[in-house]
Amino acid sequence: MIPTDSHDSQARSGALVGVGPESATRITPGNALRPEDIALEVSTGLVKPAEDAAEYALRLGDDALILAQRLGHWISRAPELEEDVALGNIALDQLGHARSFLSYAGGAWGKSEDDLAYFRREPEFRSAHLVEQPNGDFAVTIARQFVVSYYQFELYRRLTESKDSTLSAIAAKAVKEVDYHRDHSAQWVLRLALGTEESRRRIQHAFKLIWPYVDELFLDDELTTRLAEAGVAVEPSSLRGDFDRLTGEVLAEAELEVPQVPAAPGGGRRGRHSEHLGYILAEMQVLAREHPGAKW
Amino acid sequence: MASQILQSQQDEAALEAEGQAYFDRIISEDSRIEPRDWMPAGYRKTLLRQISQHAHSEIIGMQPEANWISRAPSLKRKAILMAKVQDEAGHGLYLYSAAETLGQSRDQMMDDLIAGKARYSSIFNYPALTWADMGAIGWLVDGAAICNQVPLCRASYGPYGRAMVRICKEESFHQRQGFEILLELANGTPEQKQMAQDAVNRWYAPSLMMFGPPDDDSPNSKQSMAWNIKRFSNDELRSRFVGMMVEQVRILGLTLPDSEVRFNEETRKWEHGPLDWDEFKEVLDGRGPCNAQRLERRRKAHDNGAWVREAAAAYAEKQSRKQAEKELAA
Repeated sequence: MIPTDSHDSQARSGALVGVGPESATRITPGNALRPEDIALEVSTGLVKPAEDAAEYALRLGDDALILAQRLGHWISRAPELEEDVALGNIALDQLGHARSFLSYAGGAWGKSEDDLAYFRREPEFRSAHLVEQPNGDFAVTIARQFVVSYYQFELYRRLTESKDSTLSAIAAKAVKEVDYHRDHSAQWVLRLALGTEESRRRIQHAFKLIWPYVDELFLDDELTTRLAEAGVAVEPSSLRGDFDRLTGEVLAEAELEVPQVPAAPGGGRRGRHSEHLGYILAEMQVLAREHPGAKW
Repeated sequence: MASQILQSQQDEAALEAEGQAYFDRIISEDSRIEPRDWMPAGYRKTLLRQISQHAHSEIIGMQPEANWISRAPSLKRKAILMAKVQDEAGHGLYLYSAAETLGQSRDQMMDDLIAGKARYSSIFNYPALTWADMGAIGWLVDGAAICNQVPLCRASYGPYGRAMVRICKEESFHQRQGFEILLELANGTPEQKQMAQDAVNRWYAPSLMMFGPPDDDSPNSKQSMAWNIKRFSNDELRSRFVGMMVEQVRILGLTLPDSEVRFNEETRKWEHGPLDWDEFKEVLDGRGPCNAQRLERRRKAHDNGAWVREAAAAYAEKQSRKQAEKELAA
């Protein structure tokens, strides 16, 4: 779980994806792809994403990064120690996906994951409004996670078929993890909806708060259409049917209605964000920006 | 009637004597006591206090580091720090479980913590002011914890010793990552190096005090050693720790804020300068920089989560009732 070997030692060992690892610390379960592997492939020029693919990777990476930043706040504040661990795990998974996508995207512009995470300004981020939404109470966090994980599962499941081998490799690792996130959030939706009167009231309210930001996830634009035609990306609108059906099953079991609330217009993919993102970035970037050029 | 009571008292005394004999034999063989074995009330009480304090320390100890998750200066460091703080929640879980085998519920222990009735390691009442504190906490605080905890893997109480084996493995990762943070900072910009030295200066003395008061002022140590819970005295462990830090601080290119550190050729032990035990007692008694803040944060998390725990319990109860009805109908 903790990458201990330095970038330099990886470069020396020349260990790449699928190549026999020389150091024990290189071994990951299932020999899964690590962000460091992608960074190495990119920095050695072994792979270089096209501009479009990089833009697309940026969207997926930013969603995962901002969500990880939000979820990380729960560690030491969760309702039970088991949830400190569970939400921490989900945050870590998301952060791992973010690092992979950003490392790859950065290859198009000669930038590292950290250049992209710490030194872009707010309009340069491509996250959807949903992941920027505040944690709220535990119910809001679960409602948000429920939507995100069902969306991401459908997305990554299809992205494993991408003609872009890096995107498909990242998706292949991510989809297994996101499947657990689905299970975790669905289990909690049931418990909160069918638990006590208070928990039911809270989860109903949470879904009302979160649902306006669902539509944005499924909007196509020129980039996704172009990339989908090339077999690189998944067209967001194509995920909606399965998303509605599968979330609908859980909501029905939880005796909850899909909230009838107007959708917000979104705009995150174009760099138009919610009011929340500025604060998230201010906190996330403050230390790195105090010491530009420093290594950590 | 009176003779019956007398008889049962005699039976109990006989059982007690038998239990004590078994316990004494296990301890003298340096073997392990398990939850169902007879044990002296004092042994149970000492262990319960020690293990629950240790669990509380893991839980409260999450806070100073969680404070930096959102601001970690690189994504790799953010991932490592998240994993580390998450490990601490896991350690808390094993330790509460080990303590539960002695007959107290986790809820009760948590209530005692929140009510301010239970103690936790005083070190977590100091603030984590800069990123370098993540390094110093890993290197010094986790380093001191490992020195303390490695011998506890052989503690006579089985569930505690076994929990410590796993915890020590993870702690040694934690210490390495702390060292690595400091190494990177010490070889970085002048500001980064200054940040690292400042953090080492602030965490050095509190980490030495983690081993507890000097041996001549540590009333419980002797009994704990006789019970094979504790294996080495506070001063012995502290001296070993200082020796290790002296070696490692050289590699870091930093210094320890202690001009009196020396190896005593006669005793073959490392010695350090005087420690401020008055400050230690002050912090222990609640007058440290962050005591109120740490407890309030724990209390808030617990209170804010009450409705969630109630929901989970109510759901579980409904499910098992449904299941029972189904079985009855079948």
